[in-house]
Amino acid sequence: MTVQDSVTRLQERFANAILKAGEFRGENSLTIKIEALHDLAAFCRDELGFDYLLDISSLDHFGEDPRFEMIYELYSMADGVHLRLKAVVPGEDNPVAPTISDLWPTADWHEREVYDMMGIRFDGHPDLRRILMWEGYPFFPLRKDFPLEGKVSDVPDVAFTEVAPLAGGPFVTIPTDGITEVREPRARRAGDPLSTDKFLAES
Amino acid sequence: MSQPSPVAYDSKIEGNVIFTRVDAAINWMRSNSLWPMPMGLACCAIELMAASSSRYDISRFGAEVMRFSPRQSDVMIVAGTVTYKMALAVKRIWDQMPEPKWCIAMGACASSGGMYRSYAVLQGIDHLLPVDVYISGCPPRPEALLDGFMKLQKKIMGEHSLEDQKRSLVDTL
Repeated sequence: MTVQDSVTRLQERFANAILKAGEFRGENSLTIKIEALHDLAAFCRDELGFDYLLDISSLDHFGEDPRFEMIYELYSMADGVHLRLKAVVPGEDNPVAPTISDLWPTADWHEREVYDMMGIRFDGHPDLRRILMWEGYPFFPLRKDFPLEGKVSDVPDVAFTEVAPLAGGPFVTIPTDGITEVREPRARRAGDPLSTDKFLAES
Repeated sequence: MSQPSPVAYDSKIEGNVIFTRVDAAINWMRSNSLWPMPMGLACCAIELMAASSSRYDISRFGAEVMRFSPRQSDVMIVAGTVTYKMALAVKRIWDQMPEPKWCIAMGACASSGGMYRSYAVLQGIDHLLPVDVYISGCPPRPEALLDGFMKLQKKIMGEHSLEDQKRSLVDTL
């Protein structure tokens, strides 16, 4: 089954839930309502042959309402086709999305990562703990309003953090064929010219 | 006047008795049999492995016995990026090592956080443990690790071991 056939069948079956169907450079994306996510994902898995959940990611549209968006990448091993599902998550302070970890077990850890980094909770998830940061860490570091250098957190008996010294910019490399000294990550601000002769930390 | 030798040797009773200071003897034994606790956390650990392989041969300095049990180790080599989450485990393992113990911060990340200026990375293991030797490099070559090792040996040779470890015994004498 081609991805166009899948999209057509989904549009017939979930006419009310699909808000937008788009294609860009051969990649098909469906924007859907979050309430229909679980039923639609189950249909994709059982009827359309999308047996592999490639990835789950999330977006933070900081300043917009609704703020958060979930993205699911589906893949069919048999047909070799790829389908992307996108759904905005309501609630800025306490965003909650339905879990799909009962459909694809791999979603378990992906959803834990989204919860850890972005703070989106998953309704029905069997074990919603942080996966990268430690239990008790009070922030969600990939949100747009969280600074790169971090915030001070002092949780007794768990762990402390301090603000990292950024020396004027994030530490990034630039594409170059120069020597080690040039290749090293240096503090640079966004929009700085890609010059190799001057570094912020030294200016 | 020449520097006095740490070990005096009497040729008349050769092979049976040597004269030395207790500190010198203890330090000599300690510094030439440092068992490392390899705390390999990132790419520096690859260089640490290279240092113990045949080409660089860390056993020339009596440190080939990499102990994965902290209770049998003398020197912790923190090789790699220490995240805040891992820092708890590093501290716990350090606390399990018996005295006397030393610490080598190997590479830029363990020394200062390196290029990882971020919310997740401890900005230098010296926020958590007392570090004896810092080794620069990203990652340092095995030669640099061996050089740091020799610096640590030199440092140990200058310690007041008996006084530091057996104060009550020294007081009774």
